[in-house]
Amino acid sequence: MSDKPRKFKGGVHPNDSKALSAAKAVQDAPLLDSYNVIVHQNIGAPPEVIVKKGDTVKKGDLLAKASGFVSVPLHAPTSGTVSALEKCPGPTCISVPSITITADGEDAWGDCMEPISDWQNADPAALKQRVADAGIVGMGGAGFPSHVKLSPNKPIDTLILNGAECEPYLTADHRLMLEEAEKVVLGAAILARILGLNGATIGVENNKPDAIEELNKIAGKYNVKVQGLRVNYPQGAEKQLIYALTGREVPIGGLPMDAGCVVQNVASAAAVTDAVINGRPLIERITTVTGEPLVNPGNWRFRLGTPISKALELAGGIKTQPAKLLLGGPMMGFAQNSLDVTVMKNTSGILLIPVETASQYTSEPCIRCGRCVEVCPMDILPATISQAVENERFDWSAQLNVMACIECGSCSYVCPSHRPLNQHFKRAKAEIAAARRKEQKK
Amino acid sequence: MAEETTTPAIQLPDATKLVVSNSPHIRGNETISKVMVQVLLALLPAAIAAVWFFGLAALKVMVLCTVGCIAVEEIWNKCTKRATTWKDGSAAITGLLLAMNLSSGTPWWICILGCLLAIILGKQLFGGLGFNPFNPALVARVALLIGFPSLMTSWVAPTPGNLTVCDAMTGATPLGAQGEAVASLADLFSGNVGGCLGETSALALLLGGAFLIVRKLIKWQVPAAFIGTVVVISGLVHAINPEITQTPIYHVLAGGLLIGAFFMATDMVTSPMTAKGALIFGCGCGLITSVIRIWGGYPEGVSFSILFMNALTPLIDRYTIGKPFGYIRVKKEAA
Repeated sequence: MSDKPRKFKGGVHPNDSKALSAAKAVQDAPLLDSYNVIVHQNIGAPPEVIVKKGDTVKKGDLLAKASGFVSVPLHAPTSGTVSALEKCPGPTCISVPSITITADGEDAWGDCMEPISDWQNADPAALKQRVADAGIVGMGGAGFPSHVKLSPNKPIDTLILNGAECEPYLTADHRLMLEEAEKVVLGAAILARILGLNGATIGVENNKPDAIEELNKIAGKYNVKVQGLRVNYPQGAEKQLIYALTGREVPIGGLPMDAGCVVQNVASAAAVTDAVINGRPLIERITTVTGEPLVNPGNWRFRLGTPISKALELAGGIKTQPAKLLLGGPMMGFAQNSLDVTVMKNTSGILLIPVETASQYTSEPCIRCGRCVEVCPMDILPATISQAVENERFDWSAQLNVMACIECGSCSYVCPSHRPLNQHFKRAKAEIAAARRKEQKK
Repeated sequence: MAEETTTPAIQLPDATKLVVSNSPHIRGNETISKVMVQVLLALLPAAIAAVWFFGLAALKVMVLCTVGCIAVEEIWNKCTKRATTWKDGSAAITGLLLAMNLSSGTPWWICILGCLLAIILGKQLFGGLGFNPFNPALVARVALLIGFPSLMTSWVAPTPGNLTVCDAMTGATPLGAQGEAVASLADLFSGNVGGCLGETSALALLLGGAFLIVRKLIKWQVPAAFIGTVVVISGLVHAINPEITQTPIYHVLAGGLLIGAFFMATDMVTSPMTAKGALIFGCGCGLITSVIRIWGGYPEGVSFSILFMNALTPLIDRYTIGKPFGYIRVKKEAA
């Protein structure tokens, strides 16, 4: 691995707006009267609920168990009673099953998992099982079960921790690396042991020099390397990160393991430390609550199931009515229409976008300026694909490699005609997937 | 009894007013009109040079064509019940470019006819901005040239600094005369030579072109490949037999090569989108221009070459689709 990070091709550099919350230390959100824990918080199969209404649970007790390999268990965020098993608003604006815990106020831990303090000599398989049992997923936003990534069926020679945090506004990972550097680095070392590797690399964008410094203080102890990255969106996209750090390209449709890499988010690594060293499952996470309309943006540690309305209250409420409420960052986050959605394992940010900057434009014809082609990190032709989709030529869009699109939104960001490029790609991908399913059925 | 000061209630967003739409939720502040205004700015040096050398008559042609194109576009929009589009600036650019392709002595009705041809035949019949296969200003120029060959090839002699003079003294076009130079290189560079408004001053065009490249409004590959190809071919031919054609530097400075390479061939709508495509496109333009200039009968190498390559743009686009990130390079590594 060379010392000079290579640049990935393309990308954009939006105003990062991180100053709103970057200097705000993480605060623990106060205990609430009740939590609405959404059952399905990971990519893959939803876990199977094992509690019923009226059950009493302790903090960290199992609420739902993994229902397959690509599935993770769910744990109680506090002690109390299961008061309802109903549906509540989900992150995609559709109601989803949730478990309501009415807190007893004691916040007492249940019989948790046994700490594995001697992790250096522990069996890698046992450590991996622990990661699975703790319900750890990709906390950068994807929510992919971490233990699945730790079970590659191809040779792995590189472990990368993703601390790029390239989305504007978000500072949760930044604060985590700054305040709990040891936890992150230790997590990297444990993950490396699981994979049978000697060491890991943490990639951090160069706009977080304080975090890089903190990590560097202890990184050497665990044979972990901290690598500064060019500040450019989408530097934190898995494939772009791998390329910047190793010069390898993950094949289209492939996974990091096809390039000999495993990538884990820094927050997931910190959760691994908690699970292994402290025997604690994933029941809370650091989330940035930010946006210009807020009175007091900042970073908080929320229990899973905390309603967004409570998070916004902690941030002092609003000065002006925002145009949008997002889960995640402004480039890839999901717009919400309810304040009752709750914090999940992958909720990296709760963001209010003011009316002035919200992208509400009427789309104009493509003038073929080629800016989208220039910024596309996957080297495809957004403008041409978009026109193919408008003409419902999905086969042609597939030939133009729309399936390689990572939906980072860079093309939409730069388009002077404000074309809905990202929407077009999502539609094309859905249509192509549907057509392929149909083909398979025949 | 003194009332206690109460902290104002915390206000939360009104969920019913929240907009739900796809990501990205923020966008850069680039717009079509901003792009077009910058292109107009890039044409400013050439426009000023035109007024300096050809007087207010040049200004008259420029205003007539620009306003004319905007008017034609709006009348068309009204008649076809489309939304107004003049604010995007594309009609103004077409107008100014058209003026740059006319001489200062062009009668007003030719200007208006040019506007009609450019906007309706060159652009709106294909569906308006973004859908026209050919550069509208060039469509108009070539149509006028075929319809009124003598009017379109009689040039007014320059009168530097004298704004009010506009006597239509015609002279030979620099490239029309074979073998012998009719203007000095210094005059060609500054623009002190008869010709279309916009093609005379190399200096002004280079200034505007540099601006376009620096602001990334055009792909540098187009002018580089275009001019480079002309230099190579004319250089070779000149070296073999100076009787046949002028020196390469003369080819660059005289005629419409510079305005064509920087402002007409680079038209986003009608040129390829990828860097590789732009190179091929530019080389094609240069090749055809050279052939027409050296062996052809028309003094219209640049216009014809760009229009011809415009027609090839969809093909070039189609055959220059690159392999995406993670496609072939990994395969090579594995092999």
